[in-house]
Amino acid sequence: MQRQRKLGRGVAVVGAGMSKFGVYADKDSRDLLVEAYTEMLTSVDKGIDPEDIDAMWFGNFSNDFWVRQAHWGPIVADILGHAPRPVTRNEGACASSTLAFRDGVFAIASGFYDVVMVGGFEDMSKVSTESATEGLALALDLPYEGCVGFTFPGVFAATAVAYFAKYGANPDHLKNVTIKSHNNAPLNPKAQFPQTILDVMNSRIKRAKERGQPVPTWKNEWDYLHDTKANPMIAWPLQMFDCCPISDGASCILLCAEEIARNFTDNPLHVVGIGQGSGRPLHTKEDLTYFEANRQAAKEAYGMSGLTPKDIQFAEVHDCFSIAELIHTEDLGFFKPGEAYKAVAEGLTRRDGPMPINSSGGLKCKGHPVGATGTAQMYEIWKQLRGEAGPRQIPNKNLRIGATQNLGGTGGTCTFCIFERR
Amino acid sequence: MAERPISTMSYQQFLNEEKFMGSRCKKCGTLYSPPRPICLKCHSSENMEWAPLKGKGKLATFTSIFVGTPWMVSQGFDRNNPYVCGVVDLEEGVKIDARINGVDGRKPESIKLGTPLTVDFIHCGEGDKQQTIIGFKPV
Ligand SMILES: [Zn+2]
Repeated sequence: MQRQRKLGRGVAVVGAGMSKFGVYADKDSRDLLVEAYTEMLTSVDKGIDPEDIDAMWFGNFSNDFWVRQAHWGPIVADILGHAPRPVTRNEGACASSTLAFRDGVFAIASGFYDVVMVGGFEDMSKVSTESATEGLALALDLPYEGCVGFTFPGVFAATAVAYFAKYGANPDHLKNVTIKSHNNAPLNPKAQFPQTILDVMNSRIKRAKERGQPVPTWKNEWDYLHDTKANPMIAWPLQMFDCCPISDGASCILLCAEEIARNFTDNPLHVVGIGQGSGRPLHTKEDLTYFEANRQAAKEAYGMSGLTPKDIQFAEVHDCFSIAELIHTEDLGFFKPGEAYKAVAEGLTRRDGPMPINSSGGLKCKGHPVGATGTAQMYEIWKQLRGEAGPRQIPNKNLRIGATQNLGGTGGTCTFCIFERR
Repeated sequence: MAERPISTMSYQQFLNEEKFMGSRCKKCGTLYSPPRPICLKCHSSENMEWAPLKGKGKLATFTSIFVGTPWMVSQGFDRNNPYVCGVVDLEEGVKIDARINGVDGRKPESIKLGTPLTVDFIHCGEGDKQQTIIGFKPV
């Protein structure tokens, strides 16, 4: 019997910032990091002297590949004026910044540091789409999954096929996830694609008219999503609108020991649960319709917090692909296995539903600069729990507990973190 | 069997010779595909031996890939010529990820889970770059 996981001392979130996510020809990771860091500093209600930050951890998956620059710790230290104090880079593919967050939490909980900044960044748009596909595929198990031709979307597509066969879902159920996320996106000023599907469709019709091209005959968002010219197949059954985009961006959050949190704000978030799990390649899976790493991460985080899935009021989950959002919300216990697609169809995960998922627009619309995603999810929890999410504020008046689930690779690394406002 | 170390590189060498191999723990008899050096049950690396696999199985899941990696594109696959990858449930009760040949990637709806498959090695490249990929095709 494992003893209950707990932190040596409590850790609080007292600040958060993120750059606008997008594709930038004129900005790199350094610029976007400065953007996120500047917002984070101003987000601390009672102010922070940057000299008081003891250490930093940053997640980055593959800037070595995208922009041929490795060893980011000292670069970050130099740019942010933090040198000679320590900065460490963490890598867990798309979950990199949650790993940075965990290390920051552990550093404070151990008593070694009092104030720590954690975050992440990624600069993905400087290579071709083909090259980006190759770069992301580096997170697969290459000799077995990658070598036979699997891509990132390919693994999730094969997962979707297995899920459909087991539970009777179909590609339209995936499109419900996409439509829901796109309905949240226009309310998020940081989103890469702040448009509903209808907005996207209407702007294409308008453009065709302006250019004197044949005007498409889509009547509604379903017509648009079903049209493989507008929404091309990537890896059957996943189409372009089932997949998150290539993005650049950065995000960061400020952590401190709970006992000094009131020095920075009267409204901190408390880190009440953290969990991480490891998953294995496709060929090792007994059942292809869930991620064992998620279940491990959930077990750790729920165990530490003493909470159950029913206590989580809203969550940001890692919708790198539409199918992933369904599976995560099942693995975390929000819905029973095989039930999430019905829940989404019934509107339960809408911003005004009983279990809002990805009020930020999710990776699909907000963007997915992979190393920045974990702490950007926490940024949304920070905004929502403090009632600062503006027009996308979740209408539930008693928001107290939110969670983030961040996945790396094709499920090789999964993390789950629970935050509470007291 | 030949005394090659139980490794990913040896697995690939066997494939290049059209031999599809797993590994078996001599102590507890557990079979692994792909081969692995440490038995998950005994946690020992001393008792692992090569085990030939029959190369027969059924399609567990698959996808048809329209946007491939540069390496696949260099083999002639693209949006108009998608390729199929899948997971095969082998007769021995273990699995392997594989390219699926002999099915129409343009009509993925026509591909059925559970389809009986047999091994179909795919030889790529030439000379030093020669590499054999594990493939399967319908029986
Ligand atoms: Zn054994």
